[in-house]
Amino acid sequence: MSTRLAKGGRLIDRAKPLNFTFNGKPMRGFAGDTLASALLGAGQVMVGRSFKYHRPRGIVASGAEEPNALVGLGRNARFEPDQRTTTTELFEGAETRSQNHWPSLDFDIGEINDRLYKFFPAGFYYKTFMAPRAAWKHLFEPIIRKSAGLGGVPKEADPDRYEQAYAHCDVLVAGGGVAGLAAALREGRAGKRVWLVEQSAHWGGRTPVDDGQIDGVEAEDWIAAALEELESLANVTMRTRFMAAGLYDHGYVIGYESVADATPGDGRPRHRLWRIRAGLTITATGAIERPLAFAGNDVPGVMLASAVRDYIVNWAVSPGDRTVIVTNNDDAYRTALALLDAGLTVPTIVDAREETHGALPQEVKARGVRVLEGRGIARVLGRSRVTGVEICAQAGEGGAVETIACDCVAMSGGWSPVVHLWSHCGGKLIWDEPRAMFRPDPSRPPTGADGAAMATVAGAANGDLTLAETMAGFGIGACSHDEAALAPVWMMPAGATDALRYKAFLDFQNDVKVSDVQLAAREGYTSVEHTKRYTTLGMATDQGKLSNINGLAVLSDALGQPIPATGTTTFRPPYTPISLGAITGEARGDLFQPLRRTPIQSWHEAQGAHWEPVGHWRRPYCYPRKGESHSDAVGREITNTRKNVGMLDASTLGKIVVKGPDAGRFLDMLYTNMMSTLPVGKCRYGLMCNENGFLMDDGVVARLSEDMWLCHTTSGGADRIHGWMEDWLQCEWWDWKVYVANLTEQFAQIAVVGPKARALLERLGGMDVSKEALPFMHWAEGKLGDFDARIFRISFSGELSYEIAVPASQGLALWETLMAEGEALGVMPYGTEALHVMRAEKGFIMIGDETDGTVIPQDLGLSWAISKKKADFLGKRAQERSHMTDPNRWKLVGLETLDGSVIPDGSHAPAEGYNANGQRNTQGRVTSTYYSPTIGKGIALGLVLNGPDRMGEVIEFTGEGETQIKARIVETCFYDKEGEKQDV
Amino acid sequence: MKRYSIFAVAREAMRYHAGWERAWRSPTPKKRYKVIVVGAGGHGLATAYYLGKVHGIRDVAVIEKGWLGGGNTGRNTTIIRSNYLQDPSAAIYEKARALYEGLSQDLNYNVMFSPRGLLMLGQTEHEVRGYKRTVHANRLQGIATEWIGPERVKELVPIINIAGPRYPVLGALYQARGGTARHDAVAWGYARACSAMGMDIIQKCEVTGIRTEGGKVQGVSTTQGEIDCEQLAVVVAGHSSVMAEMAGFRLPIESVALQAWVSEPIKPCMDVVVMANTVHGYMSQSDKGEMVIGGGTDGFNNYTQRGSWHHVEETTRALVETFPIISRLKMLRQWGGIVDMTGDRSPILSKTPVEGIFVNCGWGTGGFKSIPGSGYAMAELMARGHSPLAAEFGLERFREGRFIDESVAAGVAH
Repeated sequence: MSTRLAKGGRLIDRAKPLNFTFNGKPMRGFAGDTLASALLGAGQVMVGRSFKYHRPRGIVASGAEEPNALVGLGRNARFEPDQRTTTTELFEGAETRSQNHWPSLDFDIGEINDRLYKFFPAGFYYKTFMAPRAAWKHLFEPIIRKSAGLGGVPKEADPDRYEQAYAHCDVLVAGGGVAGLAAALREGRAGKRVWLVEQSAHWGGRTPVDDGQIDGVEAEDWIAAALEELESLANVTMRTRFMAAGLYDHGYVIGYESVADATPGDGRPRHRLWRIRAGLTITATGAIERPLAFAGNDVPGVMLASAVRDYIVNWAVSPGDRTVIVTNNDDAYRTALALLDAGLTVPTIVDAREETHGALPQEVKARGVRVLEGRGIARVLGRSRVTGVEICAQAGEGGAVETIACDCVAMSGGWSPVVHLWSHCGGKLIWDEPRAMFRPDPSRPPTGADGAAMATVAGAANGDLTLAETMAGFGIGACSHDEAALAPVWMMPAGATDALRYKAFLDFQNDVKVSDVQLAAREGYTSVEHTKRYTTLGMATDQGKLSNINGLAVLSDALGQPIPATGTTTFRPPYTPISLGAITGEARGDLFQPLRRTPIQSWHEAQGAHWEPVGHWRRPYCYPRKGESHSDAVGREITNTRKNVGMLDASTLGKIVVKGPDAGRFLDMLYTNMMSTLPVGKCRYGLMCNENGFLMDDGVVARLSEDMWLCHTTSGGADRIHGWMEDWLQCEWWDWKVYVANLTEQFAQIAVVGPKARALLERLGGMDVSKEALPFMHWAEGKLGDFDARIFRISFSGELSYEIAVPASQGLALWETLMAEGEALGVMPYGTEALHVMRAEKGFIMIGDETDGTVIPQDLGLSWAISKKKADFLGKRAQERSHMTDPNRWKLVGLETLDGSVIPDGSHAPAEGYNANGQRNTQGRVTSTYYSPTIGKGIALGLVLNGPDRMGEVIEFTGEGETQIKARIVETCFYDKEGEKQDV
Repeated sequence: MKRYSIFAVAREAMRYHAGWERAWRSPTPKKRYKVIVVGAGGHGLATAYYLGKVHGIRDVAVIEKGWLGGGNTGRNTTIIRSNYLQDPSAAIYEKARALYEGLSQDLNYNVMFSPRGLLMLGQTEHEVRGYKRTVHANRLQGIATEWIGPERVKELVPIINIAGPRYPVLGALYQARGGTARHDAVAWGYARACSAMGMDIIQKCEVTGIRTEGGKVQGVSTTQGEIDCEQLAVVVAGHSSVMAEMAGFRLPIESVALQAWVSEPIKPCMDVVVMANTVHGYMSQSDKGEMVIGGGTDGFNNYTQRGSWHHVEETTRALVETFPIISRLKMLRQWGGIVDMTGDRSPILSKTPVEGIFVNCGWGTGGFKSIPGSGYAMAELMARGHSPLAAEFGLERFREGRFIDESVAAGVAH
């Protein structure tokens, strides 16, 4: 069984024991352990169940490539599914649970899938579950969903916080192994701003576990010296627990830093997401060992050879007492030496090669270990734990020649460079035939905007698998054991029978076997992407780090073509999964899309306003009084405004200043009507259309001076229209002398509306607001009371109305002054809904209600606002197209229900018959519909086919459910048709 | 074609599945076909399938630059819905959705269409009015949708936060028969059925030129040689304008990247598909257990099939806000596809200035859900010269200003 060795362990601190639980069972590890090393050290070999067949699974690897050993970590709000134990640092009190089984890890009903494995090959679900039709949704799919899905479901909102940060550097070195350290030294000494990042908690990579000398000293000493020098360089920033997750266009790298994973709830952010802009990224990301495919290679206790020696050397954990090593290369013999050094037994090394003359095999043989050449493993014995292996001839079909008892199998199929970062943004690979691996093609790197490489590669990631090769890349001498060539063996034995291939796993988590890839090839899913998608090879949480190359090799073999002809699948970011919390950062809850506040917002809050989100603002919908419904409040606000005086916070209204010698010409292009002729001191209502002629925004324009206009836009449209203006000025009319500034937040704006509006303003004293001094559709500047005001005589309600703009800093004071002075006049605030109803009573359009991106001004009876004189304006040509000038269009009318009820929002008017596609014909729809407290019944605006020509006609609209509502076509204006009230 | 069934699987299980035949043949191209479809994605394959099945035209080749189903068919978030506003859109998307209902049986290939229900959240008053409008329109179009309140939303999606501080959920547009399907299987199922009808599916065959004479199509030049045809269907989302240029005309298309990503798999916790358009994100849970997430398109034109990182952040934020429990899940894999956008965000199914050449493109972000309807309409257009489903989607609409604009959300509140 696996156990903690009495001595050794370069990463653990035996003086600091840590308690944790696995499935409720108390266990103990040490500071410096990963969850995986602690579990193994505590004797726990089987740690989970596979995805499809629910087969028992153990720890395979010692790093990011681990496919099996995922657990649920933590509890309640801090529960996290699918936590990879091999990269999770152990901490005191960690609670872990194995996944994907019921009722327990040891006894799992889902294991029936494994017993029936012959019925569930790759893609079986595409071939069945089709009858009866409803059974997929109601029977088969629910079963599949329940048995799939890996981790548990978090039940609560995440209590932790996450940070995001930026970094800029000349060189980013991804990977803190010896190659990364050497690269950082070279760049750091040259004075470059360097970021050196390492995904694990330790520098040095795997070199300290293996043998070797660098620059004449032991590798570990060289690493210590390199770290010391790097730390002394002010221009070098070093971070561990920091993964370069993805490389994006223009040298943009996403970094993922684990800050408080091992100290949950300590108040620090759990993760930090870094957006790094790097001049050059050096990927020194190492290599990953490949498994071998043989029957039962997934039984708990079968591990990567490199992982076995990692556990021994780094954490003093023995995965087993008797370890059989199976390999196609020399490197795995290092594992034998590590096992022997730890006093453990290596009964046999099974080497697929016919001859083993390398230095490492010689040394191992010299220490008395039996090496079987030209042999393979026919099958692994045991189910939830390895009990032995059957040995066969590698060239044969799997007939066992010998059975060897063991409790651990260390396998090695050679190494693959980690090329993910290189590949994310288009770096290409070449096939290295002698080493049977893909490595970066230096002639086809990912390129930046200038066409130059934005990434280079160093060390094992470049295919320089030995220490000497890696350091030679930096002109540094190094030596380690020479290694003889590997044999490109992927599967054992070469002629394995069906029965064996059905148990030889490639993708451990997703249960993809050699037989599955061969089936895919046989059925024509021969593109590597087809194979991947058909079998799910490489689509598990490890993203194929262990399985991809082996799968490619098996596929290529099945297709009888060389591996490079098969190609690889695309490498997608991130390198290992990163938390959605980190991607979200601080932008959650109240900080998710921070609220834009008007200067008067606090007053509305104090009044208990009912809110309506409008763009990034939140505006009062109405101000309900105690015991009052929202609709009652809206009715009261309207009635009071029409009878006395109401106040609206209109500060959200877009206010864009357009200034310059060409400003008038510019506005004449932007608006459908003429703005250049507007006299200083006057206001004009204007319409803006897009190039397709559709109405996109409206508002009142005021001419402030000879060369300056103020354009009011809709609240939701201010930023968009500002961008629209800049777009035209920067891209099309760049030589026009016009300056545009969005002053929306610089001014508070208050609409004082109603028959007593003038009386209210006069109570403040100051500027003359009489009809003579400030007529309708004029504006004036001056002192209103103590306030610096610009007052516009414009009306969106049909009442006598003043819109008063003051500097934002004076907004709240003006509002409060007006409220206080207006008390005697019966002033009340009103919200957006009252605004909407009052404008509908007047037949004024609302962008977004009467318009939807398909409506032109002509449809809305606004032809009067379209200049006939101007040679051009945006949308003019589009509006001359045949469909736009079609006399038979839906046009705006008023609608009155016969029974006084309110037509539902969005209601349509059916017409006789059905169209060629069987849809009911229509002749119109409602665009705005309200109960009008002024009129005392439901009123609506709508677009109706030839509507203005059909006054008085009664047509039907769709009601709630299947009902119909009769409505009469009337004028759009329901209130004060002559416009006498606003112009007093 | 050997039929797939539970019995066939059982029979094969006894002999290690040695008896399965290729899902589709991989022939070398003939000299001439009646119809060449360029693009073996869902739309191209469906076009070929319905040409054969409905119109008896089987002398068809579908040629593909890469591997079949490798474009947007294999890159989308697999959502299927037909709750569209405008009549022409509603008609073709509902035709597609209805065909999806029986597609597994029709193709004898389980595409796993799962009408699990789809919600579009209303989170502003303006959005609520827009969706209510859609319900009324759908009622007259014969599409079953309804407006449901926040409590019912919570019942359908227990993990949703309906009382978010920023944009509380006011209700949702609900299409109970909307859902998802297995995207790859749609391409594979059509390919297998086309191949079984005797059509040639030719992968790794890139079109390098289009030959015309006297304003009429003659054939295509490809990396596998010259191939003649009477009719040519260009069904290559993402590269439509490139192909049009080869034939000598232009398309009103812009190409932008759209991204998607998935979380690590967890046990089932969300049955329905949820789209939250105010905050820009949508999410469903695959049968594998991954949360499948998509969001907005890039604001600039490109062909990189990658997309900008900031969209990943924006959409993830929106969804963490909507589904707070997903914060501790991890993003497993992120990818992008190139969508071709027209001026009105509606597709083009049309004859072209070159006689015999037809285009099917411009599906923007709505391509996958429309595959069967698109193929059905395209086949009808090519075989009969007219299709009611395609009638409104002709190229001439841009000249006439007859837009089919679904972007009602482009409107704003005052």
